[in-house]
Amino acid sequence: MSWQRKHLLDIESLTPEEIVTVLDTARAFKAVGERAIKKVPALRGKTVINLFVEPSTRTRISFELAAQRLTADVINFSAEVSSLKKGETLKDTARNLEALNADIIIIRHSAAGAPHFLARFLRASVVNAGDGAHEHPTQALLDAFTIREKKGKIAGLKVTILGDILYSRVARSNIWALTKLGAKVTLCGPPTLVPKAFEQMGCRVTHCVEEAIADADIINLLRIQHERQRKTMFPSLGEYTSLFGLNPARLAQTRPEALIMHPGPINRGVEIDSDIADGERSVILEQVTNGLAVRMAVLFLVNGGQGPQGVAAV
Amino acid sequence: MNSVLFTGGRIVDPANNLDAVGDLLVLDGKIAAVGSQAAGKASPKTPRVKAKGRVVCPGLIDMHVHLREPGQTAKETIATGTAAAARGGFTSVVCMPNTVPAIDNASTVTHVREIALRNGQVNVFVTGAITQGLAGAELAPVGSLKQAGVVAITDDGHCVQNGEMMRRAAEYARMFDLPLLDHCQDAGLVTDGVMHEGYWSTLLGLRGWPSVGEEVIVARNILLAELTGSPIHCQHISAAKSVALLREARKRGAPVSGETCPHYFTLTDAAVAGSEAFWKSDGKAFADRFMGQGKKPVWPNYDTHFKMNPPIRSAADREAVTEGLADGTLEVIASDHAPHCNFEKEVEFDYAPFGIIGLETELGMALTQLYQTQRMGLKELIATLTSNPARILRLAKGTLSVGADADVTVIDPGREWTYERSQSASKSVNSPFFGWPMKGKAVATWVAGKLVWEEN
Repeated sequence: MSWQRKHLLDIESLTPEEIVTVLDTARAFKAVGERAIKKVPALRGKTVINLFVEPSTRTRISFELAAQRLTADVINFSAEVSSLKKGETLKDTARNLEALNADIIIIRHSAAGAPHFLARFLRASVVNAGDGAHEHPTQALLDAFTIREKKGKIAGLKVTILGDILYSRVARSNIWALTKLGAKVTLCGPPTLVPKAFEQMGCRVTHCVEEAIADADIINLLRIQHERQRKTMFPSLGEYTSLFGLNPARLAQTRPEALIMHPGPINRGVEIDSDIADGERSVILEQVTNGLAVRMAVLFLVNGGQGPQGVAAV
Repeated sequence: MNSVLFTGGRIVDPANNLDAVGDLLVLDGKIAAVGSQAAGKASPKTPRVKAKGRVVCPGLIDMHVHLREPGQTAKETIATGTAAAARGGFTSVVCMPNTVPAIDNASTVTHVREIALRNGQVNVFVTGAITQGLAGAELAPVGSLKQAGVVAITDDGHCVQNGEMMRRAAEYARMFDLPLLDHCQDAGLVTDGVMHEGYWSTLLGLRGWPSVGEEVIVARNILLAELTGSPIHCQHISAAKSVALLREARKRGAPVSGETCPHYFTLTDAAVAGSEAFWKSDGKAFADRFMGQGKKPVWPNYDTHFKMNPPIRSAADREAVTEGLADGTLEVIASDHAPHCNFEKEVEFDYAPFGIIGLETELGMALTQLYQTQRMGLKELIATLTSNPARILRLAKGTLSVGADADVTVIDPGREWTYERSQSASKSVNSPFFGWPMKGKAVATWVAGKLVWEEN
């Protein structure tokens, strides 16, 4: 068994074998999700807390449903209504939750490293659901799962990630997961959002979208988070769309079997043309479906579950 | 009273270009004689202190310290901060004005000086603000500050952003012969950066504080110092091009100076990724040389004890800062001792305050990293902690000249020791250096001929 970890904090520290264990376990859970009765008692009697200090809808719902499918008790905790607003520190909040004997704490936080900080002093398992611009490990795992399912492999594939890389935790987790599994990763966007430093993470960096997508097997588009950014990074969404948006003309230059991915939420007409988002090359909704299986696998494994063979036993 | 004869020590007094084995006589709190005549001038009743194998030097000066009093005494007080100074071998500290309220008026200066006289274990020199409330908008009452006894003006912690304000402050301060000390940080370029912008900030997803944010202000300060003729001292230099700019400017005679801190010549941004990342990359040389097979200190990633402003930078910056000290471009080593409570540091990296304590590790780390590695001679190194800051701030300190105040630090340059939390006299424990082995340590600190601290 190649999963011994109590936490899932990032992809960077995982071995390729550990990543594959998650993907194999997720495949087993995906099969469970296709049954008439989708629930298994793997986490019965366990308490899972969604500690979402930064707002999120899809990731929180996905984790919540994953925990419910595993028969765990789930509590959602969001910062807006919590004592964090009253000045309580994250450490105190988390220790209070732990005093309720939580088994797994899933954290989404705007500060990079917040899950690592919690994991230092909590007895509970910590699962990172996105920390600032650092990592979003379950997103990368579900992306890898989707690629493997569609292409039958990951090693040797050319994956282009297009968009706001600098602020993207999805990009960082994908870079680690894909390069560890043998894919070649190209990053593309304006130099302000794709600094050269990413080359040291083993990626190719280009600012020419045509070059980036020409021979890609996978094109993963990231949302432009213009509302979060200082207005010094690029002039307007309109200019971004004209320079980097995936439109029919650009799609025509890609390989016919290239897949279009997006972690969502998508901005139709900005980074992706609306028809392409709904087109036959798009696997965006399959990513969402797979995300549930991957998150079930992660909760199962950090709780001591025994990989895909363990799923068969529950 | 306050008389003592140090016998057989290696007397290192950079102000008098002296490095020789001999005796040092202190009478009534003043230096009375140095060298061969010293023993002869001592009375039989004068206490003797054997200093064989020890370095006897002028009391060390740290020209960049935050004592947090008034207003933030949960972090540090003048009593605890100066106790830490004494433990570190410092007989004088220069405290920064970013207290609550800020030291931007004469009465606050007087208040701080009175507390220091009452509670201070070492000499405390006070700096005043350049602008009211350190807000950068209106000039502080520099003349009143001078009359109240400040030794320099600075908005440390903040940087005067408005070029005209900095220019006028420099021009105005000239008539009082007051140097300006500047924390070099362009707010626009740095924005909300929390660590050095580079590979590690990219990997960790932390917002970058780019070197250029320091370098453009160093360049501005050089030009303003030349324009006004008023000396500007650039505080805690961290970036390679800042050193290059200062080197070039000093060559053509610009009235500028620079300081750096032990963390900038010891640590790098890799340390923010945790001890494992650091020891196998930028920390490997230190570990190989000083730790051998011994246990290396361990810390996690995103450890806020590695968050300071400016940030610890790349290995190339660290080397440039070290070279700047070695060739005399950077004349001063200071600690930027910045105490913070545990509960303030035990938060998300983004939310933690910048700063680390440093008075107790400053000399040890400097001796370890600069002297033991033969990057600097002992006399040159001691100058950065004595005669150089004294000259920049016009302090009658940092010398063993006959008649000077008998502030004396005794150093055991071969002492191997490890910094432990339990040894700290500071009220705060926000140091990245707990568990670090060092070679060389102050063993006794004398202020005006009075022993204020001694190693047991």
